Amino acid sequence: MVITMKLVKTEDKLPISYPSEGAAGKTGTWRLERPIVNNEMCTRCYLCEIYCPGNVITVDKEGAHIDYNYCKGCGICVKVCPKNAIKMEPEEE
Amino acid sequence: MSTLELKKEKKVMTGNHAVAYAVKLSKAQIISAYPITPQTSIVEKLSEFIEKGEMNARIIKVESEHSALAAVYGAAIAGARAFTATSSHGLLYMHEWVHWFSRARIPAVMAVVSRTIGPPWNIWPDHSDFMDQRDSGWIMSYAMDNQEVFDLVIQAFKVSEDPSVYLPAMVGLEGFILGGTSMPVEIPEENSVLDFLGERRQPYSVADEIISVGNLTSPEETEQIQMGIQNAMGRAREVIKKVDEEFGRVFGRSYGGLASCYKCGDAKYVVVTMGAWSGDALGAIDLLRDNGIDAGLLRIRYVRPFPIEEVREALSNARLGIVFDRSLSFGGFGQLYSDIASSIIGSGTKKNLVNVISGLGGVNISSDDFVQAIKSIIESYESEGYVHPFLWYHQGEVMKYQHIKT
Repeated sequence: MVITMKLVKTEDKLPISYPSEGAAGKTGTWRLERPIVNNEMCTRCYLCEIYCPGNVITVDKEGAHIDYNYCKGCGICVKVCPKNAIKMEPEEE
Repeated sequence: MSTLELKKEKKVMTGNHAVAYAVKLSKAQIISAYPITPQTSIVEKLSEFIEKGEMNARIIKVESEHSALAAVYGAAIAGARAFTATSSHGLLYMHEWVHWFSRARIPAVMAVVSRTIGPPWNIWPDHSDFMDQRDSGWIMSYAMDNQEVFDLVIQAFKVSEDPSVYLPAMVGLEGFILGGTSMPVEIPEENSVLDFLGERRQPYSVADEIISVGNLTSPEETEQIQMGIQNAMGRAREVIKKVDEEFGRVFGRSYGGLASCYKCGDAKYVVVTMGAWSGDALGAIDLLRDNGIDAGLLRIRYVRPFPIEEVREALSNARLGIVFDRSLSFGGFGQLYSDIASSIIGSGTKKNLVNVISGLGGVNISSDDFVQAIKSIIESYESEGYVHPFLWYHQGEVMKYQHIKT
């Protein structure tokens, strides 16, 4: 019986990766409380966008928008908002 | 460009300055190093070139060797031709980054100006610091004289940046014996080296795209990345030979690739060495031949990739191989011996092989020492029919260790 052995693949792999959205799963599911923005009170000061550690808040002329797929509900936006325009509400099951 | 058209000048310089000239002509853009005897004069010379406006590069000042190689890595990964140099404990201190560099597959060049690892504190050279990096995945070459130092540094950039290799490369030279000793070195005209090297090449650059390097991945992918390094080492064998030949066509000097042979063809006894003391061993071969002993010298130029084929060929007709190691894996053998034994066993042939440890701590070994050691080993072998596999040559005496049975 002849046993043949495979050659080691000649294509090299590099230890690099490219960033992709949601590669680690939707971290929004970790949230216990949800920040809700009242855009009528919002003055578009951008503080929430700047301070958000998850980089999930975008402020435009309509107001502040939170990407709940990735917002972990830390509440820093609530603390930094000078107009108290953001409130935390319990996450429903 | 042919060798004849090329303008060259000969300068008398130390091995360290030969490194600096080679780095200057290779147009390295970023240099980072931390001073350590006997390496320091390389970076001092490079600083001088930069301050005089003769070299367009930047030096990153750092607080340690660990940071030096990290800074070089940062520069290299962003697309710069980068260089560092170190010695002994400095090299040990950057060891973590040595591994990171090769596994990230980033080309760069480091000069290792060998100095014995302490304690006791010392300044003399052996190969202990260099050999300590053996399993890191770097291309590893070691020079015999200052001209070869210059040539190897340039070739290291070329091999390292070859797309079929993409591994960092270190060039070893003994401190003081080469690093601090002046010899004539032929320096080609300013732009000929850049023509030879071409533009910087690397597998990816953080300046061009958003990537993260070294993220957590699966064990399977981790193993596959390491399979790639072994593949690249295999391809590097051919690249090193090609670069050596091309270098010969352009600059007039070729060394025979991964190893170089002196009178091996008809030699009954093949002596194996690496580094500066190969010069003394060459002298010893001539003295032995004058005394009617058919000896030859196989000089290892590259430790990684190891010259497996060259070793098999050089030893194919020999009765006995005598491997001199200037470093030792305590409790085992000299590192060259282990690789030579593995290479020969892999070819399915049996060969008598003896390991001689000598010159550790920078003990000077002259041509006469080599003659004396080799003669007494051959005499013992021819009279008793075998020779103890592990010997130590120290202060004029060949000694064996009783706890290793033959």
